[in-house]
Amino acid sequence: MLDIQGLSVAYGPVKALQDVSFEVPTGTITAVLGANGAGKTTLLRTVSGLMRPQAGRVTLDGTDITRMAPEKMSRLGMAHVPEGRGVITELTVEENLRLGELGRARNGDPVAIERMWEMFPKLGDRRAALAGSLSGGERQMLVIGRSLMATPKVLLLDEPSLGLAPRIVAQIFDLVRTLVDEQGLSVLLVEQNARSALSIADLGVVLNLGRVVTTQEAGALAADEDLRHAYLGF
Amino acid sequence: MQQLITTLLNGLTMGMVYAAFALALVLIWRSTRIVNFAQAPMAMVTTYIAMVLIEGGLNYWLAFILALLSGFVLGAFVERVIVRPVEGKSDINAVILTLGLFIVLHALAALVFGSDYKSFPAPFGVRGITVGGHSLAITPFGIFTIVAVIVVMLLLLLLFQKTDVGLQMRASAFNPEVARLLGVKVSSMLTLGWALAALVGSLSGLLIAGGNLVHPGYMDSVVVFGFVAAVLGGLDSPLGAVVGGLIMGIALSLVSGYLGSGLVSLAALLILVAVLLVKPGGLFSHASERKV
Amino acid sequence: MRKALDTVRGNVLLKHSLIALLAAALVLLVMESVSPFRQGQLAMMAYYAIAAGGLTVLTGLSGQLSLGHGAFMAIGAYTTALLLQEREGALPMIVIILIAALVATVVGAIVGVAAARLHGPYIAGATLALAVAVPGIALHFSSVFGGEQGLNVKVPEVPRLADDALYFLTGTETSTSEWVAYSAWFLLIIVYFLLANLSASRIGRRWRAVRDDEVAASLAGIDLGRDRVVAFVVSAACAGVAGALLALASRLAAPGSFSLVLSLTLLSAVVLGGLGSLLGALLGSGLLALLPNLATSIGSSMGLSDVKAAELSPLVIGLTTMLVILLAPAGVVGSVRQLLAGRGPRATTAAAGTPGAGADTPTVAEPRG
Repeated sequence: MLDIQGLSVAYGPVKALQDVSFEVPTGTITAVLGANGAGKTTLLRTVSGLMRPQAGRVTLDGTDITRMAPEKMSRLGMAHVPEGRGVITELTVEENLRLGELGRARNGDPVAIERMWEMFPKLGDRRAALAGSLSGGERQMLVIGRSLMATPKVLLLDEPSLGLAPRIVAQIFDLVRTLVDEQGLSVLLVEQNARSALSIADLGVVLNLGRVVTTQEAGALAADEDLRHAYLGF
Repeated sequence: MQQLITTLLNGLTMGMVYAAFALALVLIWRSTRIVNFAQAPMAMVTTYIAMVLIEGGLNYWLAFILALLSGFVLGAFVERVIVRPVEGKSDINAVILTLGLFIVLHALAALVFGSDYKSFPAPFGVRGITVGGHSLAITPFGIFTIVAVIVVMLLLLLLFQKTDVGLQMRASAFNPEVARLLGVKVSSMLTLGWALAALVGSLSGLLIAGGNLVHPGYMDSVVVFGFVAAVLGGLDSPLGAVVGGLIMGIALSLVSGYLGSGLVSLAALLILVAVLLVKPGGLFSHASERKV
Repeated sequence: MRKALDTVRGNVLLKHSLIALLAAALVLLVMESVSPFRQGQLAMMAYYAIAAGGLTVLTGLSGQLSLGHGAFMAIGAYTTALLLQEREGALPMIVIILIAALVATVVGAIVGVAAARLHGPYIAGATLALAVAVPGIALHFSSVFGGEQGLNVKVPEVPRLADDALYFLTGTETSTSEWVAYSAWFLLIIVYFLLANLSASRIGRRWRAVRDDEVAASLAGIDLGRDRVVAFVVSAACAGVAGALLALASRLAAPGSFSLVLSLTLLSAVVLGGLGSLLGALLGSGLLALLPNLATSIGSSMGLSDVKAAELSPLVIGLTTMLVILLAPAGVVGSVRQLLAGRGPRATTAAAGTPGAGADTPTVAEPRG
């Protein structure tokens, strides 16, 4: 679904990503893991067009999207949930969801907001409240719901567990897994919390100092004690 | 008593005009973090356009609407061509750029339209309405001014709160990056924001001009009053700008009526400094820690 | 260590003194070889340059934007005019100029204390309000300030000593307007000498530090507020001197001379030459003083009426200011320096997609994740 080939990105003289290649197969979760500063967020920002790579190619469902503007990408089925939740705090819950609908492909199925309220009853109760008044977990639900409004093919999730209680993290990861299994969504998940991420992922990509160390099946990765100790911290 | 009522009504009318101007500044500030000091000469230019059209024999209302549209186009042009390169960069450069534009538009207007005072027509009487032998302080044109500003504000409110475009504009202003990820064409929204702001600014320019004398500098003090009004309201809040505009209109009208018109600008300066020192976030802010 | 520092400081002082002396000699040479009309233009250039020099310290070094320096010039000019209503028994010119500077300084200190707490557009707006307010005061108290017509200035006679000294040096008599032009240029040299030394001094370095990185500077223990006020006061004093000279040169202090456009063109002079460079301010002021006549005569030859042709000059100044900001934000002097230093204007980082607000941040943001 999403194919990344030889991607290199630099901040001035600092190389953030070097020759990164891997694939996100349709209907799977691919987790990109690594320490702070490994280049995980840079990777997502480059894929979604917020940054320009020096070299490499990104294709979405066969379409080259390497240097496409982010606002065009959402119509091709790409949804990026940025780090730190990305709710627009000054807008209401409902307005945030309505914004999500904008990115829907012209031929995509309309997702009624009502379905979101069914899926996230807590959000439904607070639809007129400012998104800034939600808790961290509710915000994460909101941004995921918002990206679903666009009926995406690929969901890029940046550190969804950041700052959330373990119980909430588990809920969110369950939700992501369900979406993949039931709707055939493809997810590129970036996480520092490697243990939780690997528990729901199909594939794991370990990133260190901007380079891919290894790409393996999630189970195998979780079982590799040396790798875990060296790069994943558990 | 009669004088007080006259002064207050006059202040209300001017307050609506300042509110419109402050709203124009706030719309631009919210989306691009630039205070568009060139808003004053931009409004002045569109007023001259209306005047030329009227003198050319065009119907007043048609000229009025064409002038507003020319303001819209001018605003879009200024954002796209002039301001775009400095957006998100050093704010000193952005301010200087708008001031350069200020000087240029002044000079251009003087070159094209002449720098002498010219009278601008009003569609309604500018004498007080008489009811039962008593002359009221409010003029038909004053009533039109108040109504026009309220109508435009309601339309803007509808646009921002009830339409997809308005939602996209607000999203672009609050969080451009997330808006882009959601498929909002942020750069178009910024242009549209400037265009709408310039339209509102032009409205205030046309309303001030009605029944008065215009010259290339006739809006210069309005940019100061509008800026103070916007700061009173917090510079970020459209509603605050409207309230700030009304406060400024009435306060300045009182100063003008009881102390003398030469002190109006000084009063505006003192109000501005007082607000910035006491409540830098505007009159309605709860927290005053915002850096100004 | 200390000795080495002292030597360096001594050298800067020496360098500035030598430049000042050379400049004074140059002024004598130029002033004697031009027509009275050009002398008037030169006087104008000098007082613009004094005001622009102060503004350079404020905006270029301390990073505060003032749109209201015309107001301080007005204060200096009206002070001068009030002191020169009678030629008999008038104070010496230099004393009057100093008093004008002092009055502007006091007002500058008040405004500066308020401005020191403000940032960016807020200072700009407050000083803009000042620029509009001060002429209004002159109109309101018209019995004191002469209203729209303003106050006439009775320029004092050339002091005997100065007359003799100039006669000794040049062999010609000195008229009062020539004397004003001389005074303007000698004051300009003194002011720039002081400003250059101030800029090279410890407080100058602190200003630059604050301008470049406010947070780091305040962590390093710099008292931001006090330094800002000092910069404001210095620039207000300069504007006061400039205003006094304007009143003396034009023999008039009237509200029309201190329009908003004056304040804005002063800022243009600073921007054109390059923010933070005194040489730039001088060049920019030269443009301000000489361009109007040039543009007007070009305009007239193209068939424009005089009134309209006079608008060509602000048009050119405004357009040039905008182009400089868009194409060479370092100004003329700054760009030349960059070229000499072997590096072109700072390359702009290519941001992804459209350059809307915030779209530039990705390339600037810290690498994370």
